[in-house]
Amino acid sequence: MGERFYVSAPPHIRSKYDARYIMHQVTIALIPPTIAGIIFFGGRAILILLISIASSVLWQRLVLYIKGERRPLDGSELVTGLLLGLNLSPLVPWWIPIIGTFVAIVLAKELFGGLGFNIFNPALIARAFLVVSWPMEMTTWMFPYSATQATPLSGITQATPLTLLKLQHTYTPYINLFLGNRGGCIGETSVLALLIGAGYLFYKGIIDWKIPIPYIFTVGILALIFRQDPLFHIMAGGLILGAFFMATDYTTTPITKPARVIFGIGCGIITILIRLFGGYPEGVSFSILFMNAMTPLLDRWTIPKPFGYKTLGRNV
Amino acid sequence: MKRLLRPLINGILRENPILILMIGLCPALAVSSAAINGIYMGLAATFVLTGSNLLVSLIRKWVPDQIRIPIFITIIATFVTIVDMVMHAYAPDMYNILGIFIPLIVVNCIILGRAEAFAYHNGVIESLGDAIGMGLGFTLILIVIGGIRELLGNGTLFGFQIMPSSYKPVILMILPPGAFLTIGFLQAIQRYRGGKS
Repeated sequence: MGERFYVSAPPHIRSKYDARYIMHQVTIALIPPTIAGIIFFGGRAILILLISIASSVLWQRLVLYIKGERRPLDGSELVTGLLLGLNLSPLVPWWIPIIGTFVAIVLAKELFGGLGFNIFNPALIARAFLVVSWPMEMTTWMFPYSATQATPLSGITQATPLTLLKLQHTYTPYINLFLGNRGGCIGETSVLALLIGAGYLFYKGIIDWKIPIPYIFTVGILALIFRQDPLFHIMAGGLILGAFFMATDYTTTPITKPARVIFGIGCGIITILIRLFGGYPEGVSFSILFMNAMTPLLDRWTIPKPFGYKTLGRNV
Repeated sequence: MKRLLRPLINGILRENPILILMIGLCPALAVSSAAINGIYMGLAATFVLTGSNLLVSLIRKWVPDQIRIPIFITIIATFVTIVDMVMHAYAPDMYNILGIFIPLIVVNCIILGRAEAFAYHNGVIESLGDAIGMGLGFTLILIVIGGIRELLGNGTLFGFQIMPSSYKPVILMILPPGAFLTIGFLQAIQRYRGGKS
């Protein structure tokens, strides 16, 4: 026993598929969007991502030290740090990712008991905290390099496609949305890179279709119903990133199959409601957080019935 | 003197209403966005608590058990009405900030709770000490919560600029989630301290 013996996050099955393996696979899947973000937003994006990852690991180590747990890191802090960095604008001040990872690791994850016990997605809680606290800094977007001759680290501000739609009613061309040549968070702009990463996760069996596909289809169908361009609403904003990488977090999403589909549909409805009728231009993060809160209810509602199970009639 | 002091200190420290008894959280969450609000809210509640505890312990031998709650509520409502009118007349700015939470002192669990749990079973002097102790404990925590939230969320303390002008305030802290976070951290510190001794 002693120091070498530690209890990792469940499941406690001898298998290659433990928490660390899955977290590393997610990290690998996040590499294409990271590269795309760096291509489009340059050195500033590298800086923000590095600060985010480094501070995330530091906070995790600090918490483990305070809790007196001498165990290796499980890779989740890497995913959280990277996801948070990908969810930030390249122009945020340097201290934003540090505070963000503090909120994610310490407040949203470890205070609830660590990996596997958190109610909400840590990276999204951090993003919500930052958006509410520093609305100016968090919504100053940068124009990608390939479109202008901007010098590195200066950056020209540019609204996101959804903000343009909300304020000026202009649509960004599909090709810019698909490749990522547009304003936005570091990791959300390139649909192509995100799909490559998501394809890798599907191939490895890390995520299944039951949350992301209903989520994306709901957004598309609702966009059609409200006379909007469905393809634009699917590709603009953080929907692809959120649907494949954040609405599929194991801890904070339902277990049963019908509950997962309902989770996806609920996310889609809230996303489109916020986008079209809410105060914020984008609703992906808030919709996933809202459905995170619904997760225990959805699970309880859809407990599968064992074969031959009958409810006893009440004789009162 | 001892009969007065023991419940008084008890209310501030060992049975602090917010940190330990966990009652009166609603006003603590709602009006603690600035330290000055905490002083006014705390003093208003302390006044009502003192008045109601005194009256309840005075008449406790004549109150029929079955209808004691309506009697308590009537007594409390009387004092709340006094506070409401006095504040409206002499501190209209603060009255506007605290708004609905002044009349809502009527249903504050601290006041009804102490009337029921303490004043109804104890003498006048003990009840007085208990009321002042509980009221001061409540006021103190409200000021601490309000101070933390005001400092982080606005960069000021009691309205004076404390943080340097380059400080970017955490707006979330003066919104409702900030109150939950602050109270959670204070209770965690309290439990950590309690666990050690």
